[in-house]
Amino acid sequence: MGQQRGILGLKIGTPKEIFEGENRVAMTPESALQLQKLGHTCIIETGAGAAAGFDDAAYEAAGVEVAKTTAALWKAADVVAKVRPPSEDEVKRLRSGQTLISMFNPAGNTELMEAAAAKGATVMAMDMVPRISRAQKMDALSSMANIAGYRAVIEAGNNFGRFFTGQITAAGKVPPAKVLVVGAGVAGLAAIGTSTSLGAITLAFDVRPEVAEQVESMGAEFVYLDFEEEQQDGSASGGYASVSSPEFREAQLAKFRELAPDVDIVITTALIPNREAPELWTEDMVAAMKPGSVIIDLAAEKGGNCKLTKMDEKVVTENGVTIIGYTDFPSRMATQASTLYSTNIRHLMTDLTPNKDGVIDHDMEDDVIRGATITHEKAVTFPPPPPKVAAIAAAPKKEKVKEKTPEEKRADELAAFKAQTKNQVTLLAVGAALLLGVGLVAPASFMQHFIVFVLAVFVGFQVIWGVAHSLHTPLMAVTNAISSIIILGALMQIGSGSALVIILAALSVFMCGINIFGGFLVTRRMLAMFQKS
Amino acid sequence: MDYGFTTAAYVVAAVLFILSLGGLSGQESAKRAVWYGIAGMALAVIATLIGPGAGFWLLSLILIAAGGAIGYQLATRVQMTQMPELVAAMHSLVGLAAVFVGYNAHIELNNVLAMDEVARASTEGFAALLAKKDSVEIAILRVELVLGIFIGAVTFTGSVIAYGKLAGRVSSAATKLPGGHLLNAAAAAISLLCLIWYFNTGGFLPLFVLTLAALFIGYHLIMGIGGADMPVVVSMLNSYSGWAAAAIGFSLGNDLLIVVGALVGSSGAILSYIMCKAMNRSFISVILGGFGGTSGPAMEVEGEQVAIEADGVAQALNEADSVIIIPGYGMAVAQAQGAVSELVKKLRAKGKNVRFAIHPVAGRLPGHMNVLLAEAKVPYDIVMEMDEINDDFPNTDVAIVIGSNDIVNPAAQDDPNSPIAGMPVLECWKAKTVFVSKRGQGTGYSGIENPLFFKDNTRMFYGDAKASLDKLLPLID
Repeated sequence: MGQQRGILGLKIGTPKEIFEGENRVAMTPESALQLQKLGHTCIIETGAGAAAGFDDAAYEAAGVEVAKTTAALWKAADVVAKVRPPSEDEVKRLRSGQTLISMFNPAGNTELMEAAAAKGATVMAMDMVPRISRAQKMDALSSMANIAGYRAVIEAGNNFGRFFTGQITAAGKVPPAKVLVVGAGVAGLAAIGTSTSLGAITLAFDVRPEVAEQVESMGAEFVYLDFEEEQQDGSASGGYASVSSPEFREAQLAKFRELAPDVDIVITTALIPNREAPELWTEDMVAAMKPGSVIIDLAAEKGGNCKLTKMDEKVVTENGVTIIGYTDFPSRMATQASTLYSTNIRHLMTDLTPNKDGVIDHDMEDDVIRGATITHEKAVTFPPPPPKVAAIAAAPKKEKVKEKTPEEKRADELAAFKAQTKNQVTLLAVGAALLLGVGLVAPASFMQHFIVFVLAVFVGFQVIWGVAHSLHTPLMAVTNAISSIIILGALMQIGSGSALVIILAALSVFMCGINIFGGFLVTRRMLAMFQKS
Repeated sequence: MDYGFTTAAYVVAAVLFILSLGGLSGQESAKRAVWYGIAGMALAVIATLIGPGAGFWLLSLILIAAGGAIGYQLATRVQMTQMPELVAAMHSLVGLAAVFVGYNAHIELNNVLAMDEVARASTEGFAALLAKKDSVEIAILRVELVLGIFIGAVTFTGSVIAYGKLAGRVSSAATKLPGGHLLNAAAAAISLLCLIWYFNTGGFLPLFVLTLAALFIGYHLIMGIGGADMPVVVSMLNSYSGWAAAAIGFSLGNDLLIVVGALVGSSGAILSYIMCKAMNRSFISVILGGFGGTSGPAMEVEGEQVAIEADGVAQALNEADSVIIIPGYGMAVAQAQGAVSELVKKLRAKGKNVRFAIHPVAGRLPGHMNVLLAEAKVPYDIVMEMDEINDDFPNTDVAIVIGSNDIVNPAAQDDPNSPIAGMPVLECWKAKTVFVSKRGQGTGYSGIENPLFFKDNTRMFYGDAKASLDKLLPLID
């Protein structure tokens, strides 16, 4: 089923955000140009882009009509694209057949959603775009989270009295800052990347162990828990975290408690869809932190990962820890955020206008469009059925085997050690038994020499393993020279009376002489050649 | 001089020898380590000369000096490419000396046994030592003697054959007399019988027959091993020469001989082990027959070898950022190490990352390539072991294979029927381009077809390695 309009295509309009302190705008001159290529026309309310750094003249230059009033815009636009969820007033402005594209939080805004459905308007919630590969280009949550993660680090740096990077200067040594990022989602990873590139020592934790690789690829250290139970498989819940067991939570808190006195900056980003944010950074952890430390709670909007967080405020605790609960990080970087958000909107419009002819084909069979649509043709269509494509392929079980807990590793090491010990003990026992057997038969004089022999073999084995590979030829030459020690035997015999003995001994001395001099000299010659660049 | 002093000198000498071997763990400490070895040897010889049993000082010194003069000539004249031959030749001398010393001990023993009590008391030196022994000790002495002579004789002929193979005077292919290992087994059985015979009679005949059998074993064993296994053979003979010295040390009751023999013996044994591991073969299989024997039908290789001229190679090198050179025995044969060094110098002057990848069994002697490159003044810190560099090939623009074959043969990984299946190889084919400098289209020492030469990214740069590189050098700008 599809909606059709005139040949001129649809008019896409963006009103000024009315939410207090919101600086973003859902359409930029750049995105307007792209929308026009799809056969649409664009309209914007006067001053809508001012806070994000786009003035009306820039829009006009891009061919965008500027509406003088809010009412005029809502009246003219067939598709209204905005950032924040609509207010009650805005919902009242909707009319039948109109499409609204914005963030919506449908689970928490049921009344507004029903009101919009009653009006007959189609509402597409940007925060309901499913997390599948194809939809990443319109995933506004990710693009905004990316900004939030970056900005969180910048904000932390702004409130933190020291460098991020360790330095040794003429004025003294500065230790590097230690940053802990809790929750390695998009925001968490962005924070990790920013933090490591500023030079801080960055630790990161997530309940989904499969993200450890991503964390490590960003240059941070993943914090593993000593926990037996299988950790969460994020693929089961579409890439999002889900609620963890109480035991797991305890292990997690214990680990954080251990880390709290060491870290300078904590950035918490742990959110579970449709739930209050889990408390991860408890009051006693805050109390354990050093004065001057900073906590950035990106979950403040959902109650915060730290109970001391006050939404949209900066508080300083008694022990001098700054806790920041701002929820408008993307808005604080309005130009960047608007550019990304408007691009997300533009990609959604591209999917809605498959033929680039200004005609919207609202295909409810399409996973992405179906997922984002929360009201359509006077009906509430939220929640959507699960998408046909799994967001993330379930991790092959093989990888699970690789990820051993520290305890398993220790057990393995212990087993290897035991096997080695067993080997060595067996060898020693057999060797000792043989020695004892020889000792029973052989006279004492022989045993004396035999001890020397065994010890020398032992020393030889220990020493030779250390010889560098590149020196194997010199080793052979030098052992060759040394093995001419047999000259001693010849020298001892040469003094004996028998003529035959003297001749044989003399020959041996002569040959060994060749060997000793030749061997040592050639070794010296070889070694003198080895040089460094 | 009394006996205590000699023993003390021996202790010091033994410590010096151990330090000498231990010092070889690094290039710089090795230079000091040789002096330890020389000092230890000098001390040991002097202490023995002034100790009990020695006589004919002048004769001894003259003989040592004469031998030393020859040794000096050898050591200064030898080409670095001929190191394997030299080492093998020197092993044979140690083996022969062990046989002689063993015979002497036998003669002395019989002399002493023939004496009456009075005469025994008046003996001196080595004979005095023998005179004190009781019958059990003499029995043990005989076993030790036989062991020393046996190992010495095997070492002697084995080393002579190894020398011949390495010097190209004996065919390097694996050849066996009809009867194969049965002959060896028979010789070994004869040796064992001789041991028992000698043990009971103490006559010269069994000793002589035993020596002949041992000489035959040494000859036949090494003849049956192919050229590519030579690194194992040389280190094995190195080990034998040590054990021979140790056995003689037992029969003479000389602790220093025992200590040094054991050191050298274990050193050679470890080297053999390392070499075998590098070829993924067991020691037994190396001994029982080398490459080039009758193996199964070779896998057919499809494709063709694409030749390239010097200007093509030069162009690729001029454009490359990273180059890895894999030298092999062919570089040694062609004496091309100087030209290689020149090439490296030119490439490095242009800021390119040039390194060498050395396979543990490249060449005919453990560490052979390192010595050659060092001679050509290639800095040792760009010469890498296989494990250090094997992962870097995918990021490398050009890999140059100079005179190596089996150690870069992908069949070791791909073809489970290949005679070298499972042997660790340098994965040079993962580089963007591979140039192979090779004399002609034939197979290498092992006689195995190398699929590397037929790969799409491989170009064959035919010709003598040195001549090819000389042609290439002026084209690098």
